[in-house]
Amino acid sequence: MPVEFKAGCQRPAIKMDMVEEEKREEKPIIKEGDNMIKVGKPAPDFTIPAFYEGKFVELSLSEFKGKWVLLCFYPGDFTFV
Amino acid sequence: MSAVADRYKELQELGVEVISISVDSVFVHKMWNDHELSKMIDGDIPFPMGSDQDGSIGKLYGIYDEEGKVETRGRFIIDPDGIIQGFEVLNPTVGRNIEETIRQIKAFQLVRESEGREVTPAGWEPGKKTLKPGPDLVGKVWQEWSVAEGAK
Repeated sequence: MPVEFKAGCQRPAIKMDMVEEEKREEKPIIKEGDNMIKVGKPAPDFTIPAFYEGKFVELSLSEFKGKWVLLCFYPGDFTFV
Repeated sequence: MSAVADRYKELQELGVEVISISVDSVFVHKMWNDHELSKMIDGDIPFPMGSDQDGSIGKLYGIYDEEGKVETRGRFIIDPDGIIQGFEVLNPTVGRNIEETIRQIKAFQLVRESEGREVTPAGWEPGKKTLKPGPDLVGKVWQEWSVAEGAK
């Protein structure tokens, strides 16, 4: 039977089947030694598709050198907060 | 994101460019802008809305939620040299305070303009006292600055 779930700020969790559940390893969000984000260190560069001024564009963080940048991640469009 | 868009003019005056990022496609970004956000603010979202569909950029910045397959609320202040000056990460259920973000940007800009000769104590806001670090200030902060000054 379909079960109704409460719409929250995140997508509903993806249910893996039991076999896969066992195989899955707990991975920390930030792996030590990996590009650890630190204040005073360079922001990792990236290129990303974006919706901007009515167009679909591709932009890179490095294009913004010389300017202050406010980079805002958020869970998803049409969420409530 | 509408709260950031609402203060975009002020951010631009401070020389700040905004990039927003979620795992949604650029098509969904367009729909969200056209059908909801543009009704909450005066006009369209004025900054690029990035699409990180596989979460790879979120992972690079350490804010990707592997379980929910979404980005958490990570906010990074990057200076003109591309150096991260500050970041804040919130669990999705609580929204950010753009006022505090703008305060931090103004403080980092002041420190940068003074080439580090001035620093901003707790609770600093434009117009409030800054401190000039150096041998003469050691052990004398209590004479120069008070907790009440920060809380004002």
